[in-house]
Amino acid sequence: MGTVRREVIIERSAPEVWARVGDPRALHTWFPGVVDCKVEGTSRVITTNTGLTIPEEIVTVDAIDRRFQYRITAPFVQDHLATIDVFDLGDERSLVSYSTDCRPDTMALVIGGGTGAALHELRRQLEADPAADDPAAADTQAQTPPGAP
Amino acid sequence: MGRKILFVTTDQQRYDTLGCNGGTLARTPVVDRLADAGIRYERAVPQSVVCMPSRSTIVTGQYPSTHGVWMNGVPLPVDAPSVAAELHGCGYRTALIGKAHFEPFLDPFGRFTENLLARSAEPTAAHGHRGFDHLEFATHGAAGPLHYAQWLAANHPEAVGMFFPVLDAMFNVSGAGGGDTDAPQVKDNPIPRDWYHTDWVADRTIAWLDGLAADDEWFCWMSFPDPHHPWDPPASEMGRIDWRDVPLPAGYPVDRAERERILEAKPRHWKQWYDGSLVSNYEAPKEWVPATLTDDQVREVNARNAVECELIDEALGRVLDAIALRGWSDDVDVIFTTDHGELQGDFGLLFKGPYHVDGLMRLPLIWRPAPSAGVPPAVVTQPVGLVDLAPTFSAIAGLEPAEWMQGKRLPVDSGDAEARGFERVLTEWDSELFGVGVHLRTITRDGWVCTAYRPGYVHDGTEGELYHLADDPMQRQNLWGDPGYAARQRDLVADLWDSQPPTRSPRLDLEAPV
Repeated sequence: MGTVRREVIIERSAPEVWARVGDPRALHTWFPGVVDCKVEGTSRVITTNTGLTIPEEIVTVDAIDRRFQYRITAPFVQDHLATIDVFDLGDERSLVSYSTDCRPDTMALVIGGGTGAALHELRRQLEADPAADDPAAADTQAQTPPGAP
Repeated sequence: MGRKILFVTTDQQRYDTLGCNGGTLARTPVVDRLADAGIRYERAVPQSVVCMPSRSTIVTGQYPSTHGVWMNGVPLPVDAPSVAAELHGCGYRTALIGKAHFEPFLDPFGRFTENLLARSAEPTAAHGHRGFDHLEFATHGAAGPLHYAQWLAANHPEAVGMFFPVLDAMFNVSGAGGGDTDAPQVKDNPIPRDWYHTDWVADRTIAWLDGLAADDEWFCWMSFPDPHHPWDPPASEMGRIDWRDVPLPAGYPVDRAERERILEAKPRHWKQWYDGSLVSNYEAPKEWVPATLTDDQVREVNARNAVECELIDEALGRVLDAIALRGWSDDVDVIFTTDHGELQGDFGLLFKGPYHVDGLMRLPLIWRPAPSAGVPPAVVTQPVGLVDLAPTFSAIAGLEPAEWMQGKRLPVDSGDAEARGFERVLTEWDSELFGVGVHLRTITRDGWVCTAYRPGYVHDGTEGELYHLADDPMQRQNLWGDPGYAARQRDLVADLWDSQPPTRSPRLDLEAPV
C-alpha cells in the first residue's frame, strides 16, 4: 500500500475550513484539475481536466471530528482511501491533512500530488475570501453536506 | 547581433557512446565531425543524474537546490527563470522540439502545462512557455498526450502498440524482458524507422527551421528521447550491430564475486539494490533485480543502445543538412550533450539512481561554435557542468549572463578554463520514495570525485565515496575512510560543503513519480 500525506496550515478557523472541505459537491472548486463533481447519495463522480471520469464512494462525513473520507472505485486502483482531516489549532488557524492510501503504490504518488496542490489552492482561496470570515454561514454549510451517509 | 543556436540533447547517454570520446560500438560521424571542428569536453558533469532536475538545470542555469526540482516528479515552476526567455526577449525565435520533461508525465488531473499544451487542438503550441514560442513534445514511446504520440495515433495507429510499454500494470517502470536475451526494457519494435521518435524529432525540427525567415535569429533545442530505455529501436535497424559481437563493457565486472566485492565496498544501498533488497528510486524497474543480469543481456542492451545512438547521429546529420540548405551553416553554433548518463552494465547494473560514478556523471558535451566566430578546435579537460550551458547560450547571443544563472559560459579551451576558474563541479541527489530517503552531495575536482551522504533511510551521514579518476577510471576502489587519503577527503568534503548553492525555500512538493 502506497501512502502519502500532505498538510497545510490555513489562517482560518476549523469551522470555516470544514465548510468547504466537508462539502462533497465542492471538490472541484478547490482541487486543481477537477472540473466537475456530481454527488448522488454516497456516490460521487468527478471529472478531471483530461476528461477522465472517476467514480468515488463517500465513506465518512464527520462534522464533529471534521473528517471526510472517500474511496476511488475506478479500476485503475485496486484499493484507495482518501482522508481529509481538519484540526483546530486555535487562534482562527487550522491544520488540514489530506492522506492518500492506495494500491498500486505509484498511484498514491500521482493522486497525492494532486491533493497537495488542492491544499495549496484551498488555503489560497480561504485566506483570500472575505466570505469565509462568516463562521455562521460556514457552519450551516458544514452540517448539511449533500450526499452525507 | 547574436548567432543562431542549435542545442541538441539526448536522454541518458554515456560519454563513451561517441566515437570522438573513444567509443567503438556506435558510429557517430556527425557528432565526431562537430567535435573535430569544435570543443570537446572530457569532464562534463550533470548537476543531477535524473531527467527533471537535470533538464531544469539546463534551462535555468541553476543547481537543483536552487531551482527546486529536487527529484523527478517535482515540477519546475512555470515562472522559473529560463534562458530561452532571455533569448526570446532579445528577439530570438525559440523552439523546444522533443523531450522537455520539466513537468511530470503522469497527470490524470491535467494540471501540468506541458501536457495541456500537447493536448490543445493546435498542431503546435504557440502560446509560449518557459520562453519557447514553439513547443512540440515527445517521449520514449507512443503513450500519453504528447505531440508525437498524437501524431502517431492519427497517422499510423497500427504502430502505437509496437513500443515497449514503459510502465507495468502497477504503474511502475516495467522490468519486463525481451529481445534475444530477455533483458529488461528490451523489445523488438517493428515500427518503420521514419515513424520512430528520433526521426520525428528531426523532421519537426526541420519543419520549424523551414518556417523561419532567412534573417531570423533562432535558438532551437532539439531533444531526442533516446538512447534512454526502453531499448526498442526499429527492428529494421538492428542488423547494424549483432549483440553477440559486442564486447562486454570495461565497467562490467564479469566475475560475479568480484562484482559483489566492489559493490560491498560502496555505501550499502548499492549492494542492496543489486540484490533486490532495496528499491530507493522510481526510475529503475521495481521488479527487476540487477543480480540477475547476464553477460548476454549486457551485450544486447549495449548493442541496442548503440543503434539508437547511430539513429540520433544520422537524424542530426539531416538537420545540419537542412541548415546548410538555408545557407546558415557559418552562423550556427551547435551544442550536443545529454541530461545524464546510464549505468549500462557498470558494476553489473543498468539504468540510473543514487550512484555518482562516471556511467551517470561523465557526459558527452561538444560545442561547435559557429565557424564565423573563428574559435579554434580544442579539448577541455577541466570539469564543466550543464549549469554552464545557460550562460553559454546567453554569451552566444551576445547577452550578459542573467544574475540568476549560477554557472559560467563554457570555456573555449583549457587555458580559458584555467583562467576563469573551472575547478569544481557539484552534483546533487535527493529522493524520497515511501519513506526511503537518499541524499548525496558530490564534488568533482582535481581529478577526484568525492560524494558525501546525508542521513537517510540506510545512511547515517558518515558514508561517502572517494575515487581518483586517473588511477581508478571505473571507480571500483572506494577510498572514503582510507587513512592514506584522509587529508584529501577532508579537503574535498570541506570544499563540497563550502560550495553548496543556495537552497530554495520552502521546498517544492513532489507531485508525481515521474
